[in-house]
Amino acid sequence: MTEAVRAENRVVIAHVYTATAAIVLGAVFGALQGMSRASAFNAPAWFDYYRILTMHGVLMALVFTTFFICGLSLFVTYRSIPRPRKMILGWLGWWVMLLGVVMAAFEILAGNATVLYTFYAPLKASPWFYIGATILIIGTWIVAAEIFENVLWFRKNNPGVPVPLPAFTAAATFLMWWIATLGVVGEMYFLIPWAFGWTPGINVMLTRMLFWYFGHPLVYFWIMGAYICWYNIVPKFYNGKLFSDGLTRLTFIMLLLLSTPVGIHHEFMEPGISSTWKMLHTVTTYGVAIPSFITAFAIFASFEIAARLQGRRGFWQTVTSLPWNDPAFCGPAYGMLLFILGGFGGLVNASYSMDTLVHNTIWIVGHFHVTVGGPVALTFLGISYWMIPKLTGRALWKPDWALWQTRTWFIGMLVMSMSMHIAGLLGAPRRTAEVSYLGSAPNEWLGYMLVAAAGGLLLLTSILMFAAVAIGTLVVNEKGEDTTVEFAQPVAGTEPAPRMLQSLFRWGVVALIVAVLAYAGPLLEMLHNPGFLAPGMRTW
Amino acid sequence: MHIHKYERWWLTFGMGMLIVFLATIAFAAFADNMNPPSGLQAIDPTKVSKTPPFDHPGVRRLPDGSYEAYYVAQVFSFNPATITIPAGKKVTFYVTSPDVVHGFFIAKTDVNMMAIPGWVNSDSHVFRTKGTYLLICHEYCGIGHQNMFAKIEVR
Repeated sequence: MTEAVRAENRVVIAHVYTATAAIVLGAVFGALQGMSRASAFNAPAWFDYYRILTMHGVLMALVFTTFFICGLSLFVTYRSIPRPRKMILGWLGWWVMLLGVVMAAFEILAGNATVLYTFYAPLKASPWFYIGATILIIGTWIVAAEIFENVLWFRKNNPGVPVPLPAFTAAATFLMWWIATLGVVGEMYFLIPWAFGWTPGINVMLTRMLFWYFGHPLVYFWIMGAYICWYNIVPKFYNGKLFSDGLTRLTFIMLLLLSTPVGIHHEFMEPGISSTWKMLHTVTTYGVAIPSFITAFAIFASFEIAARLQGRRGFWQTVTSLPWNDPAFCGPAYGMLLFILGGFGGLVNASYSMDTLVHNTIWIVGHFHVTVGGPVALTFLGISYWMIPKLTGRALWKPDWALWQTRTWFIGMLVMSMSMHIAGLLGAPRRTAEVSYLGSAPNEWLGYMLVAAAGGLLLLTSILMFAAVAIGTLVVNEKGEDTTVEFAQPVAGTEPAPRMLQSLFRWGVVALIVAVLAYAGPLLEMLHNPGFLAPGMRTW
Repeated sequence: MHIHKYERWWLTFGMGMLIVFLATIAFAAFADNMNPPSGLQAIDPTKVSKTPPFDHPGVRRLPDGSYEAYYVAQVFSFNPATITIPAGKKVTFYVTSPDVVHGFFIAKTDVNMMAIPGWVNSDSHVFRTKGTYLLICHEYCGIGHQNMFAKIEVR
């Protein structure tokens, strides 16, 4: 490994290990929550359940995912566009993100921001919590600028050559992220002066609409991070090929276009938004399933192509030819299995009429644990087992623990989220410290919460194994591992992507227009209304 | 761009499925009137206790034999805490909040709404089965959120 590559790797390691710290800590809080809801643990008054829940949500949804995707995207960009570079923006982004996280975490731990990771107004947190969250977002913009700069450099110096697929997918992800985060930064423009007491009140529905303009593309940011791995990296684990360069680019462009105009499906049960807009966002949300259909086909096709190259045919021979003893493969693969469940549930949640059965029940929590907690987290954990040796030059410590980590996470997540799905259909709510309602609740709610807590404890065990492997690799193992990185290549002889699918930034402009169109109607409707302001209060 | 024959079949199947789902949803909305609650009436959240009919929350019987129930969702209780209504009659629930965001969810029914300061939300339901129903707040509203519930007696 040259010194230049080593310097690049240090930026990536900083991001990835910050993400590791966040998921380990987040899982501890998660397990405590599960036990509290199962009435097996009573959070003390000085660190109540909702503070634990806020920490869990912020660490998992905003810190772990964001830092990992930043690290991963920088890694695939640096390695697919080799050139001398300074990484100033990469490091600056990491420091700014870290500053934001420390500020927000301090306010949560001090009990000044027990507002959960959605911080719905008019729950009034300390202004420094909102400022910290804004700084975190600005840090990601700096990382995005680093990725865009590299893509633009490649274009300028290689006229007519398509941008390498790994860098293309990373740039598409961050272009989508940039459009989406405009919403939450817009929300902060109202929240911060209000939290300081400079404005008398807040337009609650406006802040909710701005939040969900960001909140659903946030989940597609996670999914796109997983897809970067599934298309570019995972095929190398089974000596496979990329199914199609053009369809991969098409998938990412569709996600860029369709991730944002869908947020109102989180607001179906709310007043102040006409049913017309709710119906419109149902249609667009169903549309965003199409790139996932393309991805499902591409993955199975890639499995089959690899099996055929080994002379194997048919379903079982294909399945058994895959490396089920490689933790780097098993993480993403088990994640893909969980995503099948996540996809089905998602179609229910996005449905204009069926959402009424599940909205704000624990079903929703089950759903996002088989999406972000399943395919996304398992992919990132699995890819870490491949990436950490590539970054450090050290062999993975205890690969058998890593393998069992992926298996226990899969089983734990399946047990926990399935009982959450069932309990949700029976009416058990989410976001509550316990489900007894002073003895008025049906007994079956508690029963399912006990099963969910057992799944949660298995997940905690699993993440501790991950932490041991991640830290053990750094401190115990010697250097000497092969650090050459290769990304999946398309099947020989296939055509390159059409030019239309190569001009990423033009599609970014289209995506921005689509987002504006999807929200212009509901926003104008909202601004046309009297818009009473709520003064807000601290209720914890 | 070349797209494999099987992929074309798969995408046709996938998109066809989405179209069937969307057609079902549209049919339910337009033919069966299955729409989510979308109350469009605004209310000043600082004056809820002085704004009729939320100054006297509770159940009213309408001349056509149906019922209306007005609720104020506030930290950490519902007002009224208990109501009694007859089975088989249409009840329209109206809810608003004077403080923070609350939920309004009657377990084992499809009555599921957000109570947002500044707005009145509403949804109708016919209780077919007699018994005690649990109305809970299903959006985090503060330290006492887990004990924010009310009862609906259907006789």
